[in-house]
Amino acid sequence: MTEVHPHEHPGYGDSAPGDEKLDGSGVAQGIGGYLLGLALAGGLTAASFYFAAGHFLWGPGMPSALIALAVAQMGVHLVFFLHITTGPESTNNVLALAFGVLIVFLLLAGTIFIMSSLSHTMPTMDQIMSMQR
Amino acid sequence: MLLGKLNWDALPLHEPIPLAASGMMIAGILGVVLLVLLKGWAPYVWREWITSVDHKRIGIMYCLLALVMLLRGFTDAIMMRSQQALAFHSAGYLPPDHYDQVFSAHGTIMIFFVAMPFVIGLMNFVLPLQLGVRDVAFPTLNSVSFWLTAVGVLLTNISLFVGEFARTGWLPYPPLSELRYSPGVGVDYWLWALQISGVGTLMSGINLVVTILKMRAPGMTYLRMPMFCWTALASNLLIVAAFPILTATSAMLIMDRYLGFHFFTNEAGGNVMMFMNLIWAWGHPEVYILILPAFGIFSEVISTFSGKPLFGYRSMVMATMCICILAFMVWLHHFFTMGAGGNVNAFFGIMTMIIAIPTGVKVYNWLFTFYGGRIRFTSPVLWSIGFMVTFVIGGMTGVLMAVPPADFVLHNSLFLIAHFHNVIIGGVLFGAFAGYTYWFPKAFGFRLHEGWGKAAFWFWLVGFYVAFMPLYVLGFLGMTRRMQHYDVAEWRPWLLAAAAGAGLIALGIGCQVAQLVVSIRHRRKLADQTGDPWDGRSLEWATASPPPAFNFALMPDVSGEEPYWAMKDAAFARGGLTDEPKYEAIEMPRNTATGVVTAFFATAVGFAMIWHIWWMALFGIAGAFATFVAFAWRDRSEFEVPAAEVAAIDRLNRTARAAAVARPRAF
Amino acid sequence: MTAADPPVPFDPYHVGRGQDSDPSRGHGAGGPASKRVIVAYGFWIFLLSDIVMFSAFFAGYAVLSGNTAGGPGARQLFDLHNVAIETACLLLSSFSCGMAAVATEARNKAAFYLMMAVTFVLGAAFITLEVREFAALIAQGDGPSRSAFLSAFFALVGCHGAHVSVGLLWLLTMMAQVFAKGFRPEILRRILCFSLFWHALDIIWVAVFTVVYLLGVHP
Repeated sequence: MTEVHPHEHPGYGDSAPGDEKLDGSGVAQGIGGYLLGLALAGGLTAASFYFAAGHFLWGPGMPSALIALAVAQMGVHLVFFLHITTGPESTNNVLALAFGVLIVFLLLAGTIFIMSSLSHTMPTMDQIMSMQR
Repeated sequence: MLLGKLNWDALPLHEPIPLAASGMMIAGILGVVLLVLLKGWAPYVWREWITSVDHKRIGIMYCLLALVMLLRGFTDAIMMRSQQALAFHSAGYLPPDHYDQVFSAHGTIMIFFVAMPFVIGLMNFVLPLQLGVRDVAFPTLNSVSFWLTAVGVLLTNISLFVGEFARTGWLPYPPLSELRYSPGVGVDYWLWALQISGVGTLMSGINLVVTILKMRAPGMTYLRMPMFCWTALASNLLIVAAFPILTATSAMLIMDRYLGFHFFTNEAGGNVMMFMNLIWAWGHPEVYILILPAFGIFSEVISTFSGKPLFGYRSMVMATMCICILAFMVWLHHFFTMGAGGNVNAFFGIMTMIIAIPTGVKVYNWLFTFYGGRIRFTSPVLWSIGFMVTFVIGGMTGVLMAVPPADFVLHNSLFLIAHFHNVIIGGVLFGAFAGYTYWFPKAFGFRLHEGWGKAAFWFWLVGFYVAFMPLYVLGFLGMTRRMQHYDVAEWRPWLLAAAAGAGLIALGIGCQVAQLVVSIRHRRKLADQTGDPWDGRSLEWATASPPPAFNFALMPDVSGEEPYWAMKDAAFARGGLTDEPKYEAIEMPRNTATGVVTAFFATAVGFAMIWHIWWMALFGIAGAFATFVAFAWRDRSEFEVPAAEVAAIDRLNRTARAAAVARPRAF
Repeated sequence: MTAADPPVPFDPYHVGRGQDSDPSRGHGAGGPASKRVIVAYGFWIFLLSDIVMFSAFFAGYAVLSGNTAGGPGARQLFDLHNVAIETACLLLSSFSCGMAAVATEARNKAAFYLMMAVTFVLGAAFITLEVREFAALIAQGDGPSRSAFLSAFFALVGCHGAHVSVGLLWLLTMMAQVFAKGFRPEILRRILCFSLFWHALDIIWVAVFTVVYLLGVHP
């Protein structure tokens, strides 16, 4: 496997996940990207803690709001820290990520579907006792 | 304190059968080691095999490991069959706690240390050759993966002699596998052997996924890859997706047993049923990991020996990737009877039936590949035809059990046992044997003896049906699995027939051993001169047999499907080979002892954790980390094969092939 | 496939049907990808497998979070102030890791060492806070053997902490490697893998603190 410089066909070729295509004078640009990511992620995190403390948000909406904020934070990390983009050079990386997300979803959804059904059809003694008036 | 729980009681000095078995195993291992040492082969074995990072060598070692463990797993099977044949109104010869270990070891060994290494070994050997590249993405990691699998084998075999194995069946269901009900070391042997070899398997999965997706010969777009590469991709994606679940679930059981956690205990809120859910979320993809490469092997074998391209290549690719995704949506069918209710059972039952559809697409495509071809009935083709009949029967019984009400009758009966042996033997094992025969000349430079191969096939085929069809009947007659003795007269004749079938399979295995011995003895007569003994269609047949370390002197330029067939067409039309290429030096990865040294420390960690020898465990972990750092510190990771040497090696093969092209086209 | 070939139509998303329109490496037509892409992609796949492993622990936590066996639950046990500080430490360490990556691109050893050291300190602070939290819980009798909920909590959060600890060890090793060998190609590839790992751990922490701590404490 010999090394070939990655810019032989501009616009083509896969990028390594996590790699940012900085061309020479990009240090300021690089730092700027990470600073923006830090600010956004920090803001979203602060919002999560703020909402969870009971301020500002209607109670029953809390789980959805927190999950939405968590997904947004993960997105900020992926874009600003891991440089996952929608460009064609990132397609393979995005596909791999999508596959992983699919598996996680199937495992979590399947487990919750199955185990909550089980606890409904076969409750423990404690649960039966607490159901009795 | 110094040796944890280990003491002299761990040795089976008062149990004749394990003692005898251990004795034979130790004698065998010592014999092999002494032979290698006394004949002076040790430097060669160390340099060319143990420290090799060559995918071809590693693939061969995986397959050798699988074949050796097949003997041990099959011995367990013979013990079970003979026990059940004898134990009518009688205790038989295997006491219950020993019988329990035998069936647990049988399943564990066959799945993890026969089927997995066999398919991984074949994929390792073949994939870089079919993709037209020099090695897999991470050669040293490949070596580490193999050696970690070998650690699992070693620990499982040590349990025969020191301590005991699990008595819980091949999947250690709690609460039986919790410390309270399995206080011995048996379950711990299972847990650590599989955690360690599981890491190896996961690394191998990552390695092969990256190889297929990022390392192909110039011009080989996805839809120009051989079918085996597609099924290997699907299988390795499943490994990457599923094995972490096994790691996590085993870790939870380890934490329960070692640290008093309550994941799966009966008390303090543990949920026993969650183990079944998680372990089968791994377990179902696992069986697709096993069968998909076998499907790929059949695609290759059938198209080669019919002299036709594979029928419906794109639909095969679609079907394969559908199976890959669907494999992750059916796992509850392993525990319909656990009581999740109608909705859950209905969903997973329907999904299970749906997954039969892409498999059916593949079967029809194989049939249509045969149709209209000039079929050569070699033993790989016999294995393929045997597979198609046997696997379809096994698949149908699976779809029968996918109906939850039917499964309530048949779950954990011998019907289930017959079903999964039907698909695993008929599918995975027949596929592995077909692949073994098909690619043996590529690996070693001479073919296997065809007569003994055909005899082996017939003994296996007839033996399989005689051994397992009665089990379907027994399932309907109400016999459950894992019975150490019974007193239902109606069952007896079927169990005797099953034992006879096992005997026939034993003869089949005997034929395979004979085949190997005879083939080695007659290797000059069976030699593969050109590298293409079967008139193959894909790139591995463009290399010499065995291929040089660098596989291809020049990476092939691929412009269509079946690139090697196109090369041959052009060569015969031209009446000769293309001009000699301009040879360049080739950089190859260096051999390294990292794999085997890591395995040494991993064995120490595993054995120490099993026997609670904490200082040894720490030493092992420290040693593994030190090995890793030492590997990371090396300055020279590659060596160069000079252009002159490349030229010399390649010219030998070119001469043989030029001679073949000058003759009229065979087949 | 050299620069002297006639220019191919610009079709980066492969909308056109021609199989040969993409000469890039690693997509098939150009031959194997470069080592940097192969190594980083392999590590990326490994990270995805690690995330699947975490999701198994998350699934276990989801199932067992209510099984407190009559003992204390999330609301009684978790201190959100501690969690907020831990989160800040890890997020800032992700930022400093990014700075280390920029320093690597610029081949600036001093900046690299500084940023990696900052990352280490922040990561070590995270671990220290987490270990203190665990020790406090165990000391008051609410260790993992108290109930299934606590088992699932300790396992999930502990698994993440174990990964961070291994990451810290790796971080020190990378600093030593750069010191000993400079910015050689294989060292650069390993630094790239380390940053992938470190950022992924922060992503997982987002899930952990949201699902375990914030959702656990909210009424």
